[in-house]
Amino acid sequence: MAKAKDALLSGLVLLASRGKRRRKVDEDPLRVVPDMDVSRGAETRAIALFFLSALAFLAFVVVYAVDRIPHQTQFLGLAIGLGFILFAAALIVTGLRLVVTEELVEEYPPQEHPGEVDLIASSVEEAGSRLTRKRLFKLGLLAAGGGLAAAAIVPAASFGPLLRVKEYFGTPWTRGRRLVDEDGKPYTADDIEEKAFYTAFAENADKEEMGASLVVVRLPPSTLDLPPELQGYDADGIVAYSKICTHAGCAIAMYRVPTFAPDEPRPALVCPCHYSTFDPASGGTVTFGPAGRPLPMLPLTIDSRGFLRAKGNFNGAVGPSWWGVRNRKPEPQS
Amino acid sequence: MSITRKVVSAVDKRTAGAPLLRKTLRYLFPDHWSFLLGEVALYAFMVLVATGIYLTFFFVDSTHTVTYHGPYRPLQGQEMTEAYKSVVDISTTVKAGLLIRQTHHWAANIFLVAIILHLCRVFFTGAYRKPRGLIWGIGVTMLTLSLLEAYMGYSLVDDLLSGMGLVIGYSVGMAIPFVGANLMNWLFHGPYPGQHVLWPRMYIAHVLLFPILIGMLLTAHLLLVAMRHHTQFKQRRAQSNHVVMGVPAWPGQAPRSLGLLLAVAGVLFLLGGLVQINPIWQWGPYHTYVGTNGAQPDWYLGWLIGGLRLVPGFDLVIGKYTLVPNPFWGGALFPLVVFGFLFFWPALERKLTGDDGWHNVLERPRDNPLRTSVGIGMITWVLLVFVAGSSDRVNLTFGIPYTAQIWFYRVFVFVGPLIAALVAHRVCVELQNMERVEQDRHHAEAEARLAASRQST
Repeated sequence: MAKAKDALLSGLVLLASRGKRRRKVDEDPLRVVPDMDVSRGAETRAIALFFLSALAFLAFVVVYAVDRIPHQTQFLGLAIGLGFILFAAALIVTGLRLVVTEELVEEYPPQEHPGEVDLIASSVEEAGSRLTRKRLFKLGLLAAGGGLAAAAIVPAASFGPLLRVKEYFGTPWTRGRRLVDEDGKPYTADDIEEKAFYTAFAENADKEEMGASLVVVRLPPSTLDLPPELQGYDADGIVAYSKICTHAGCAIAMYRVPTFAPDEPRPALVCPCHYSTFDPASGGTVTFGPAGRPLPMLPLTIDSRGFLRAKGNFNGAVGPSWWGVRNRKPEPQS
Repeated sequence: MSITRKVVSAVDKRTAGAPLLRKTLRYLFPDHWSFLLGEVALYAFMVLVATGIYLTFFFVDSTHTVTYHGPYRPLQGQEMTEAYKSVVDISTTVKAGLLIRQTHHWAANIFLVAIILHLCRVFFTGAYRKPRGLIWGIGVTMLTLSLLEAYMGYSLVDDLLSGMGLVIGYSVGMAIPFVGANLMNWLFHGPYPGQHVLWPRMYIAHVLLFPILIGMLLTAHLLLVAMRHHTQFKQRRAQSNHVVMGVPAWPGQAPRSLGLLLAVAGVLFLLGGLVQINPIWQWGPYHTYVGTNGAQPDWYLGWLIGGLRLVPGFDLVIGKYTLVPNPFWGGALFPLVVFGFLFFWPALERKLTGDDGWHNVLERPRDNPLRTSVGIGMITWVLLVFVAGSSDRVNLTFGIPYTAQIWFYRVFVFVGPLIAALVAHRVCVELQNMERVEQDRHHAEAEARLAASRQST
């Protein structure tokens, strides 16, 4: 491999230095490329760089083969990078100092070729001289072409359901479903402490589904300020919202507590992607940032053994907004 | 007969290609450092293809869940998709895998930097004017495709950051008025995260469809440049709208260009080996319910995150019908306006200036204050939105309240570009005036010398 490379390199060098051994420059009328004086220094530099480059590439192979060498990624990168750079340097020395440099002039191609254009247009138009119903002929051609295109494109509809949007309203939440943590352990009301932030899921649901995950926080009941239609959604000050931001679908991952300046003295749920900020005390209303609608809230209840359970479904569609997001309420998936 | 002659003769006998080959070898390249920017993009693309092919041998395009039991301790026992696991493996157990992966990522960055600088060069020198409008249009199309290609590339990894990026893209898609939800339902097969169909689709698009599309457009772009010949600055007397002056492909240009290709590859491999980029094993696997603070996308999408963050919180609603969900403004309309400007500027300029002529000689930015100020205004606009996208980092580093910054940018992203455009216009005019004064002085001095020499004789 290296031998072949060396042969190639010396070939290139020979090619580059071809015809320059004569010291005296005399005009040879048969030459295409004009003759120029030799430049021994540049030639030596280029040749040395070629060989150094070969060495660096060889070093890459060695580092790759010998497992005992530490920091493999770094040395591999260094070796192959230097190999390329030295090779580049040799060629640039060749290009700028060794090969014959000449600046030539040439005409730009003309703006247009009227004669040719006429010829082509005529040959196209004259080809149809035997047609008597040109318009119908063109229409037929267009219909066939259009039909072909339609037949080619339509099967792409199999990618996925285009018209059915029902799934966007589905969530795994049903009345009585328990809230569990990431390991599937059910939450009790006592697990939820103030000034902390919990991620919960619908029991036995696929956690990756957008409707499955919740943020759960406990607020002092006196600070709760739920609108009339959300009365009773909290359970002893514990509130639960969809964890998926209504702006761009990221997970709400920040809880600013005890306060967040614009909502003083209230805490805030914040999405780290675009900083949509929601007020957990007032039903997930947007207080800052780009989200266009509140976080969907899940009504909670505490059962006789202290477990947190859903009392129903979210009050609004989960996930980022789309055209039908306000059309209806979410429902349990069939 | 020399060996060279034998080889060329053999080729010609089989292809009748000698006239074409001769023309190619003597094709002229006008010389200016800024003409190399497009070449850098081309070479970065070659490195992308080469390193990308290597990565395809190890990447798994599946979002089915597996448990990690590899050598990287912190991820031990975690549930993750096969896609993410395969990239962790490439980074930890495949020999030279991390080098190739990081070089690929660096190459994507340099590719886009080079394209954008090349675009600026072409814009500010008016190289897109007739007869090169088509070349410009193809170039802007390639930039669009390259941004999507890069986005798919880092989404495929399925680490936490890339998953957050993907769901944002999904949400922007959902926000397209009237059809967004249907389109996304079609593409993902069901609501996000869909039914495992997206990864094979995204994978084949990233490694085959898009590279081929970009490669074909690239070929058309270069062929058209060659057919129309490259533009030139007027540096010598011989150069004009009708006569091009330059270095022939052989022997002058070939070693230099090949040298540049190897230099680009060298720098990329050095970066890939020595400078860490996107350490995905630290981000961890993505889950829809996990988010991380201070998340920033790759820089070439930073302008979009800025756009998404700046828009005040509202969905445009009529009755119960959501006409325009919020992410549409910053994530779709903003880039549409920017790319719309790029596509239609040449026509708009022709309308504004009435200059419908044929131009092979370039202008310097100062020669055309209108174009320069419009360009500077657009760049400032995009740059300010980009900077607004890093307000959270500024907040963490300097403690300036995030909300205050956003309010400032909501106004300043519109005021700033106007100021910048006015300043740019003024600078162009001043530079022109300075040159005129300088020229007058030269003329006067020359005349004085001439008069003096006449007197002495």
